Amino acid sequence: MANIATTYNDDLLIQEHGLNDHFHDHHHGDKYQSGFISHYIFSMDHKIIARQFLITGIIWAIIGAAMSVVFRLQLGFPEESLAWLKPVLGKWIVIDPTGMGTLAPEFYYALVTMHGTILVFFVLTAGLSGTFSNLLIPLQLGARDMASPFLNMLSYWFFFMAGIVMFYSLFLSTGPFSGGWTAYPPLSALPQASTGSGTGMTLWLVSLTLFVVSVLLGGINYITTVLNLRTKGMSLWRMPLTIWAFFITAIIGVLSFPVLASGFFMLMMDRGLGTSFFLSEIFIEGQALDRVGGSPVLYQHLFWFLGHPEVYIIILPAMGLVSEVLAVHSRKPVFGYRAMVYSMLAIGFLSFIVWAHHMFMSGVNPFISNFFVVFTLIIAVPSAVKVFNWITTLYGGNIRLNTPMLFSIGFVSMFISGGLTGVFLGNSTIDIQMHDTYFVVAHFHIVMGVAAFFGMFAGIYHWYPKMYSRFMNETLGKIHFWGTIIGAYAIFWPMHFIGMAGVPRRYYSFDTFDAFKHFSGMNQFITIAAILVFFVQLIFVINFFYSIWKGKKMTTKNPWGATTLEWTTPIEPIHGNWPGNLPAVHRWAYDYNKDEREFIPQIVPLEEGEVGDH
Amino acid sequence: MDTIIIEENKRKGINPQKFALWIGMASIIMMFTGWTSAYIVKNAAGNWLEFGLPNMFYASTVTIILSSFVLHLSYIGYKKQRELMYKGLLVLAFVLGVTFIVMQYQGWMQLFGMGVDFKANVAGSFTYLITAAHAVHVLGGIAALIVAMIHAFSLKFRYTEKRKNRFELVLQYWHFVDILWIYLLLFMLNTK
Repeated sequence: MANIATTYNDDLLIQEHGLNDHFHDHHHGDKYQSGFISHYIFSMDHKIIARQFLITGIIWAIIGAAMSVVFRLQLGFPEESLAWLKPVLGKWIVIDPTGMGTLAPEFYYALVTMHGTILVFFVLTAGLSGTFSNLLIPLQLGARDMASPFLNMLSYWFFFMAGIVMFYSLFLSTGPFSGGWTAYPPLSALPQASTGSGTGMTLWLVSLTLFVVSVLLGGINYITTVLNLRTKGMSLWRMPLTIWAFFITAIIGVLSFPVLASGFFMLMMDRGLGTSFFLSEIFIEGQALDRVGGSPVLYQHLFWFLGHPEVYIIILPAMGLVSEVLAVHSRKPVFGYRAMVYSMLAIGFLSFIVWAHHMFMSGVNPFISNFFVVFTLIIAVPSAVKVFNWITTLYGGNIRLNTPMLFSIGFVSMFISGGLTGVFLGNSTIDIQMHDTYFVVAHFHIVMGVAAFFGMFAGIYHWYPKMYSRFMNETLGKIHFWGTIIGAYAIFWPMHFIGMAGVPRRYYSFDTFDAFKHFSGMNQFITIAAILVFFVQLIFVINFFYSIWKGKKMTTKNPWGATTLEWTTPIEPIHGNWPGNLPAVHRWAYDYNKDEREFIPQIVPLEEGEVGDH
Repeated sequence: MDTIIIEENKRKGINPQKFALWIGMASIIMMFTGWTSAYIVKNAAGNWLEFGLPNMFYASTVTIILSSFVLHLSYIGYKKQRELMYKGLLVLAFVLGVTFIVMQYQGWMQLFGMGVDFKANVAGSFTYLITAAHAVHVLGGIAALIVAMIHAFSLKFRYTEKRKNRFELVLQYWHFVDILWIYLLLFMLNTK
């Protein structure tokens, strides 16, 4: 726990300097929050919606991670019997007369596809940005709630419906979609192309279309709230970096998800109405189809025009959370605040003009590839600025090595490790060798999978008291951190070597490839590490749910000694966030160890002669 | 509920609802950008059936421009508190909006009659897709007009800031689908 030398009387400050917005406190007879259903289920309170996003995200993360354990078992131990999974997976475990159970190859592909879809969209988009944008935007800006709480509620419920449809597709007799999370045609465009391409793909499209609606409703709300509902004194340049990150993320989402939707609608027409946007000269079982004139590469352009910004939609919120946690727990202002904002803006802008680096091997013009190579490599510049600033924020700080801080430092480590391999892959020439190998798998899992999870964990451990008025267990948290960081490197580090040797991703088995047989030991090692990491995550899940009811209670409003507004709200959250006046802001969010004072909250007015901001 | 929060928190120049609508319009523009970009790419790749647009599309263009003007006049009528002008022109704008949809349907029939099939060539598929997607957005506008008419005829005529804001939202969106159609028409004419 923090040893805070300075204390402030928040209530008095807010009362004296705050902004009276004539907020009516509806404790009694509050028509939209009184009953159980309107309070906990169809809630319009941003704090409840944030927790709904988080818990739904955790459930999906467990499902998605369990899937990865199953396909890692296949990759690491193809000779072992999986008959024991029969009760769970049913007919997808094929048992031969000797009692040996093997995973059906088509279901292996379905598992890989679903793992990608679930983790990218449901966990790291909705679970990460949905949770923290909802929780922190109104709290850190000094707003009573989102601009439109109703649209905010709809945003969650569209996400929920998307989840229901996807979950249902897991139980189809033909299995869920199995053509990869990117859903390239023709596998996704022709229902007869594979078992998962029929109903499984239809439900995949329905689910993701609902998801796009959810992201758009959320994004419109986040942008409007940030630009319109900031409290008195909260200028853009006084906003914490978390808010900048959510704001830029929302802009990227609002501009890129509609393009994915346009691709999806064309795909739906190809599937259901007989058009040929993405289809040309296709033979299925020796039969030529009469679908000509389309281009599957066209879909790839539309998909990756979302797909690449999507990875920044995932990583930017994590960057924002980490920046904040690093500053709070090293008791120093974040280094280069404006440079952090400008680099996020640069990343956001560049994210729209690099999409074809996912398509170097798809037959795009090599001269056009050069353009994308240059812009891809330029992204390394703002990314390096951010890494430099995180490290210099830590440098000379009064570091508290608690769980949120550990996960933030782990984030920086992961981001560096995974970012460096991105520089390799961004070169179209090196990509000829690396494309579609485990090197790519290692790269994106470290840089946007594990790193984003670390940012999310840092956020959860740090803001848990704000969500549940209790703390998570610190010992279990540290076990969770060390198990995860060691385990994650154990899983993904060896994959770089396998990938450089040319082992392709997405293959069901390498038995028939002489060149790849000798990696079986390494594959076993990766699988064992993956299983261990999976169980370490269960420690987190137990810690999370146990602490909701039994965690150590929060006794002070501002346990970390942070400067931002969310720590001036009452310990037990109320609707409208502040009981009386809204807090007014007098300084930027990072006044730590300034003028002999350990920290100065944003609500404290400048003293005479004090120079404000940065 | 949401309006309460918005009113309570409003202290800057921009109306949050109008601002949110602007962002929503940006999203819609991006979706059409996706389609029109794909259209350009496919057009450049060849195997593209060349055909002129049906005459009905020009007639419908005139109709939707007219409806935009009429709705704007109705808005001016509301601001000047001339009840008859406001209500009458609102209904007229709605009728013109519905006429636009009917004319688009006639246009598709003409297009089909010209031998441009929905499936046979991507050029036809794109034309139907883009015009139909636009029509869906116009239907959204018509729904908003219906709500505006219900307000106009069920509430007692009174000039309030809140009702003016609501009307401005409808107006903003209606002008948007109008300009979007003009853009799409010029786009399709220039990339034949």
